[in-house]
Order: sequence, then structure tokens, then C-alpha cells
Amino acid sequence: MKGIIKKIDRINFGLMSPEQIREMSVVKIERPDTYDEDGYPIESGLMDSRLGVIDPSLKCRTCGEKGGECQGHFGMIELARPVIHVGFGDDIHKILRSTCTECGRVLLDDDEIEEFTEKMEELQEAGESVEDLVKDVYKICKDKKTKEVCPHCGAEQEDIKIVKPIDIIEVRKQYDENGELMTEEDGTPLTEDYDLTASEVREKLQRIPDEDAYVLGVNPEVARPEWMVLTVLPVPPVTVRPSITLDTGERSEDDLTHKLVDILRINQRLIENMDAGAPQLIVEDLWKLLQYHVTTYFDNEASGVPPARHRSGRPLKTLAQRLKGKEGRFRSNLSGKRVNFSARTVISPDPNISINEVGVPEMIAKEVTVPTYVNEWNIEELKEAILNGPNVHPGANYVKKTINGKEMKVRVLDDNRELVVENLEYGDVVMRHLKDGDIVLFNRQPSLHRMSMMAHEVRVLPYKTFRLNLCVCPPYNADFDGDEMNMHVFQTDESRAEAKSLMRVQEHILSPRFGGPIIGAIHDHISGAYLLTRDGFTVREDDAFQMIRKSHLLNNEYVDKKHLKRKNRDWTGKELFSLLLPDDLNMNYKAEICRKCETCLKEDCQYDAFVVIKDGQLTHGAIDEAAYGSFSGKILDTIVKEYGPSRAKEFLDRSTDLAICGIMKTGITTGTNDEEIPEEAIEVIDAHLDKAEQEVDKLIATYEEGLLQPLPGRSAEETLEMRIVQVLGEARDTAGEIAEGYLTMGKQSQDDSYDYVMAVENHSVVMARTGARASMLNLTQITACVGQQAVRGGRIERGYINRTLPHFKKGELGAKAKGFVHSSYKSGLDPIEFFFHAMGGREGLVDTAVRTSRSGYMQRRLVSALEDLKLTADGSIRNTADTIIQFRYGEDGTDPTRSVGGKVIDMDDLFTEVLGDDADALLRLDSRDVGEDYGSREKDEMEYFEEENSDYESETEYESE
Amino acid sequence: MAFNILNHSAVPKHEILSDDEIEEIFADVDYDISQLPKIKVNDPVSKAIGAEEGQVLKITRKSETAGIFVTYRLVSGENNQK
Ligand SMILES: [Mg+2]
Ligand SMILES: [Zn+2]
Ligand SMILES: [Zn+2]
Ligand SMILES: [Zn+2]
Repeated sequence: MKGIIKKIDRINFGLMSPEQIREMSVVKIERPDTYDEDGYPIESGLMDSRLGVIDPSLKCRTCGEKGGECQGHFGMIELARPVIHVGFGDDIHKILRSTCTECGRVLLDDDEIEEFTEKMEELQEAGESVEDLVKDVYKICKDKKTKEVCPHCGAEQEDIKIVKPIDIIEVRKQYDENGELMTEEDGTPLTEDYDLTASEVREKLQRIPDEDAYVLGVNPEVARPEWMVLTVLPVPPVTVRPSITLDTGERSEDDLTHKLVDILRINQRLIENMDAGAPQLIVEDLWKLLQYHVTTYFDNEASGVPPARHRSGRPLKTLAQRLKGKEGRFRSNLSGKRVNFSARTVISPDPNISINEVGVPEMIAKEVTVPTYVNEWNIEELKEAILNGPNVHPGANYVKKTINGKEMKVRVLDDNRELVVENLEYGDVVMRHLKDGDIVLFNRQPSLHRMSMMAHEVRVLPYKTFRLNLCVCPPYNADFDGDEMNMHVFQTDESRAEAKSLMRVQEHILSPRFGGPIIGAIHDHISGAYLLTRDGFTVREDDAFQMIRKSHLLNNEYVDKKHLKRKNRDWTGKELFSLLLPDDLNMNYKAEICRKCETCLKEDCQYDAFVVIKDGQLTHGAIDEAAYGSFSGKILDTIVKEYGPSRAKEFLDRSTDLAICGIMKTGITTGTNDEEIPEEAIEVIDAHLDKAEQEVDKLIATYEEGLLQPLPGRSAEETLEMRIVQVLGEARDTAGEIAEGYLTMGKQSQDDSYDYVMAVENHSVVMARTGARASMLNLTQITACVGQQAVRGGRIERGYINRTLPHFKKGELGAKAKGFVHSSYKSGLDPIEFFFHAMGGREGLVDTAVRTSRSGYMQRRLVSALEDLKLTADGSIRNTADTIIQFRYGEDGTDPTRSVGGKVIDMDDLFTEVLGDDADALLRLDSRDVGEDYGSREKDEMEYFEEENSDYESETEYESE
Repeated sequence: MAFNILNHSAVPKHEILSDDEIEEIFADVDYDISQLPKIKVNDPVSKAIGAEEGQVLKITRKSETAGIFVTYRLVSGENNQK
């Protein structure tokens, strides 16, 4: 690649003059043909070899370079008649409206011209925009155009209209034979529209003196107004519009070439007709056609112009279409480029690798390479790799050598391996395969926050998917229903080092959006830990040691050997879990399973929901989502903040192992049996719902009698609607509560006579209560009652005239008629309920679809507005112009990552630390909201947005909460 | 009598700094007052307190994160874009 290094001083935007176009042109194109029968470019045709060549076997007739080397040269077409450039229709209109019909001077008097010129020069000097001033000029002139005569020649003015995009129309006043102005009865002058031809427009623009052009915002040094009307058209080089040879040997031309052929054909016909003295009408028709072709050549989506189409009916992609939009040159090729050393494949879970790792298929590891400098410590290993070649895993694909200052790249092949190894010396670069421990960048779109791209350590694994630890699913918002992810391999040591310290997964356990962990346990990881640590769960000592071994807690740098001594008794799950905790960890909090009893019994909680950790020993409470779940894990939060990311990473990795042991000991399964409640309960629920429906009917009766007392500020109808919604809402909630009474995890307390370990029998409830997956609402909707369906935030209204379905009377207001679903999912919905449920569900789907596109657009604009802001050493936020945006970051100068749920410090935590047990009395331990607020809100949102990324998967799950 | 916007609860306290105050406040910083955020002379608040181009306003407002936050703005002319 040849390159010229120059410093850009400034950029000037202007128009090309016809002379400039002719000057840069190497050939005048006259024939609307491309190749002759033998496939050679036709002289003066659109593929003339002076325009450059693509085929490497040909030589360019202008510069003499081969195809591929020659960058191409412009040609030109002399247009038989001028045409207006589509891009400037508006500007031409504005300029003509501001200048005299006769003399072409700007409609300002000399003093005004001087004043504006001076002001503009001042602004230009200061490097500021003159846009506002130019707007003022246009405004003043526009007002004068219809009301006054020219201040320079005194001529009457004719108004100028535009029909988009390029038809310029003069509104001519009508005079009678005596030269008197003709008027309508009401006194407005009688006018006639006259279509200006491009030649006339050009003449008018030509009359504008340079000084006047300047106040109109056109710098005559780089752009004369008349250049907006084309007399000569540049023809882009063939490299810009290469022809493609199809498999059949047929040649297919680029859309631009097609369009240029059209232009040339009409241009030739126009010339012939003009030369032959054809009637004015025919010439004008051809001229209009020429204007159409040139217009669509520039922009095939101009409003008011029918797009030019291919024979197949497909609209042509012309110049503007190449640049515009998402697939255009700017957004697709300049802002977003494709890169080498990257890979993409489907992801799948692997709880056996660390959160810092990523499983890379061997196939990919052999394709993407790491450039490694040969030195005395790695030469043997690299020689081995070269001998393995490109097809055996820890191999190498290329070797780069520098000989006499010239860089040479040698491909490692079967027959040259020995030779390459022999010649390998220090300083050479071996492009070796990716291997275990390499640092790579891992990413899932849409990359909405910084945790969407994190650095992982490679684990080369068999099969063809990327493997990732389940704890990193939340930051990527990934699941395994067909999601794909991208991997990028660093090519320099600096980038690797930087990524390792800044982008590693463990450095991102805490989210900067809220001061809590975003990487954490999900699903079985949570229910597993609960099953392991719930009260009464014990394992035989040898089983315990097996679990310790399996969880890599033997010889673990963080586990003190003193905890691993034999106890000569069964181990409790809590003892096992305590091995993961730092020995000086002290905390207590309410677990997710807490039922928020009126008065908390703390340590004596019957649900084992009050967690107490004393000197690293879990003495009370079960581990669940509130302990180490993503978005809300309190123990995890404390460990990252107090003991650092390495310790937190180990905690997550080892707890995954332990949770798997826990879940395997008990086993976990779910089925509709979990949502079974006794017959009596169903009867109670039904009776309750029936009663509510009767109450609704009573309300309606009262309303119809006109006796319903309206709520303050509401009409009777609104009051009725609100009351009904309220009654039905309460009814569903009560039905749910009744069902919940039967939906227990198992036996309630240790006093129950039978084996406590076996007592966990409802795994659906375990998952819902511990926060692993689903909610009690989901379960009660399955068991008891689905409840009111909503469209547009209220009961269902739409459908037939005055009723939702023909099954109801007109104006019926009852529960069922407006979408109340009395049935449970398990008992099944009747057809009417099913229909209403589908209505509510569809609205949910449409909402998500609309919301994603809108929030995506908002995100794009926010990011472009904020991307150049930076935090400086003095704590202020500045932009690239170094002006101050905020005197102190976030006004409190706090890094939200290290904050406590957005707050700078947590006083309660401080008290506990200083006062120890005495703190309890001082604190409102009951009303603590550490981090929980933000975290759980985030989580709700995530669940709501979950079914969004649907490039390939189409999920039809929906909820009607 | 026109409505006084300065009494509105959403309008924080704006004060015009004297030259001495400016010198004192911006003595130890590595930027000059032209780099401050701007407020237009024809901003309703500027007009209400009678600020002139080139003066610096001290704005004391409530902050969700910091409790009370003090910021400064340079009064700038009409045609100044930033
Ligand atoms: Mg998915
Ligand atoms: Zn060439
Ligand atoms: Zn004139
Ligand atoms: Zn409790």
C-alpha cells in the first residue's frame, strides 16, 4: 500500500465547476455501451480502459498500472442541455427567491449587504457558524420578494415556488393589453405559474454577482451558484462500479453503470434531435427524461420522483443509496468495520469452567492466531507448535521473519515445517494457535453497557460452541436458546495486559449502574445452595469430604486447613457452605425466602430466613438469591468490596461447584404436580371468586340504578370501573393467597415427625421462594386463578360495537364480559377467557417490540452525545474541547461501582462494624434497604426485557402481570 | 407585577460573582473561565438578576447525590452556540 502522510489543516466544502470536472476527466464518454462481442472495453464507452481497470491482467491506459494497483480515473459526459442537481433543489429555490428576477442582485440594499458581509467576515474569522445570519438574509429577502421592487434596478418581482425535489416555478403576475396589473375580485394579483427550464435557472443563478453570493451563504471562491445546475457530469471510474461475472459466464453490470447508460442514451438522442432541428416539444420531452435519469442517478429515493427500476422490478441502488442508512457506506463501512482474528458461534453453558474463562472450540482455536515473539524461553514450545502445523491443535499457521529489513510471512505447510523450525530464531514472530490461558475479548450484542465486552481466559474444548460459566449470563444478558457470541483475539502485548487488568470478568462483578453485583448466581445455582444450606440438611462425613474434593476446596489458598479436620459426625450443609466464606466475615441479613413476618423472630425464624454469619461460619439462615444472586447478592457484594475481585471470583466458582453437589444430593425436578392443591382448597377459591363476581354484579346494579356514589373528581362510569378493577384484583390476590397456603416447600419445621431432608417436596415452590426462577404469582396463576386481562392499561374494551365479543349483551359490564379470567392455567381457560388472554399477551409482545426499537434509538443518540466526555484528574468532567461539563463527577465525585446501592456509604454497615453485636439495638435492621432497591428493580426490568433479542429465536412466552 | 421566577421552587439560587470572588474561586484551577459552562444573557434567570455578558454566576442547587452542589456558569452572548 502506498501512502502519503500529510497533516490536515482544514477542510473546504464546495461545488465542482464544469471546468474542474473537465480538467479531472481523462476521457469524454459518448457511447452508451460497455464491452464489444469479444469482451473488450469499447472506446469512449462506459468501461473505457482509460477509466482504470479491475482485471489484474489488464493495464490502465491512463496510469499504466495493473488492475488492482490503479485506483481509477474519472471521465465525463457533456450534457446536451443543463440539468438541476437533485441535492440542490432547495438551495436553488432559496437563492432565487432572494434575488432579483431581472438583474439577479440580492434583494438587500447596499447598506444591508455591507452590514451582513461585515458580520459574516467577523464570524468566519472567529471560526463560528454563519448559518443563522444567512437564515436572516433569506428571511428578509423572502419578505421583499413579493412586496417590493428590486433596490438595485427597480424591477417588479415575480415569486419563485418549488415543487420538490427540483421543479422551480416562477409565479408570474398577469398584465392586460394596457399593461395594467390584472387582479382577482378581492384585489390579489392574478398570476400564472411558469415552469423554469434548467437553462433559465442556470442563467438566473449566473447573474448573481460574487459579492451578493457571499451574503447568500455561497462562497464564490469554491462554489458559484450556477454550478448547482450541471452542464457536464463526472463519470466515476470503473473501480467504483465494477461489473460482476456470473457463474454462467454472463456479465452483470453495476446499478450505477446501468444508470449512466440510460443517461448517455438519452443524451445522444437529445443531441441528434437538436441537430436535426426537431420540434421544441420533442426536445423538451427528451430534456425532461435526461433530467429524470440524472436525478435518479444521484438519488433514487427522492420524494416525488418514481424510482428507476431494474428489469426484475428491484429499485436501483444509486449514489445516495450507497451512502445512506444502516447499510450505507458511513454506518456500515466507516463506523463499523469487519475485523480479523475474531470468531462467532453459538454459546452453551459449562458450570465447570471459571467465570474468568471461556470455552473455545478447537476448530476456532486453530483458525485465530496469537502473534508470539520467539525468545529463549518459548523457542522450544514454538518449534513444537510449528512441527504440529496448522491442523493439529497447539500448532502454528504462519511465521513472520524480518530479513534485511524486509518482512516475510511464511505459511507453515506439511513439507516446509522442518525447514521453518531450522531457521527459527529469536525475534521472529510465530502466529501460533490459541491455547489455554490466552486472553481474549468476548462480546454479546447488543453491547449496551461495558459488561457486554469482557476479557476471558481461553479454555480450548472439544465440540463447536463457545462455553461460558452461568454466572456471566446476566451481564451479557445471554441464554442458550440459540444465542451467538463473538470472540476477538488480542494481537499485541499491550492490549493483552490492558485487557487483563481492566476488562477481566472478575473486575466487573460489581455493576457501575448500581453499587451491587451484576455477575452472580442464577437458577439452579441458587436452588442448589438453598437445598444444601437449609435447616436440617446433613451429609455423612465421607460424603462431605467427597463434596469438598469435588468443589476444589482441598488445597485451596482461601480455605484454612483447620476447617477440613474430621468431625466424626455428620456435616451440616451450613458447615460445608461456611468453607467458602472468609474467616473474618461477619454479617446478618434477611434472606429472599423471608416471609416478612409482622415481628421478625431473627435467629428463631421458622423459615430459616434470617442469615447470620459469625467469623465466617454460617450459623443461621439458608443461602438463596439474597446471598449471592446476580443483582442482589449481599454476601457476594461484601466479599467483592471487602476482599477484592480475586476472592469473589473464587467464591463464585467454588460455590457453583458446591451448589451442584447440593442439588445432586437432593435432586430437583418440577411438574404440574407441584401446582396441585386439595379439592377443598379449589372449592374455597371458586366460592371466593364467585362471591367477587357477584359483588361486581351488585356494583353494576347500583350504578345502573344511579345510586353509585362517585369518587371525588371521577364520573360514575370511572368510579364503577375503578371499583370493579379493585374488587377483581383483590379477589385474584386472595385466591392466590389461599393457594399459597398449600404451596409450601415441604414440612414447615423441624418438629414435624418425618425425615426433614425428604421434606422438601415441592421444587416449584423452592425455585420461586429462593428467587431461582419464576415467582409465586406464576405458581398461583397456574393453581388458582389467572386474573384480569388488560389492554391499554384497563379492562378489555375493544372488539364489537359496545361489547367485546358477540357472546355478551351490548353494554354488558360484568367481570367475564371484560376479560376477567376466572380459571387457572392448570384447570384450563374456556374459549372466551383464552381469547382475552391472547389479547393481553399480544399487547405485551407489541409493546416490547416497540420499546426495543425506541430505546435503541435513544441509546444511540445518548451515546453520541456523551461519548467524548472524560473524567479529569481534578475530578471534573470535560469534553474533548476541554470545556467543563460538570465540576465534580456525579456531583458527589463517587464511583457508583464502589457505592452502596448508589449511596456513598452505608451507615448501618459502619455501625455494625464498629459496635459489633451492640449495634443491633441501635439499628433499624428491619428497614434496611442496602442495594436491594436498585438491584431488584434492575432484575425486574431484565426479566421484562428478557425475550427481546430475537434475531433467530422466536419465543412466544408472555406474562400478564 | 410580573411573576418572579426566582421564587419558583425549581429555580436554584443564582448569584453574580464579583471580580474578586472570581479570582479567588478560580485561583487554583487549570482552566480559565472561558471553559466554564455557559448561560445566555437572555436566559430568563440572567435577565431576572440582571447579569451581563462576561460575568460568572454561582449556582447553588439541591443535588440528589451530594445534597447541595455549587456550580458556575459564564454569562455568554446571544450568538454563542455553546
Ligand atoms: Mg436468547
Ligand atoms: Zn489508472
Ligand atoms: Zn434588479
Ligand atoms: Zn422471618
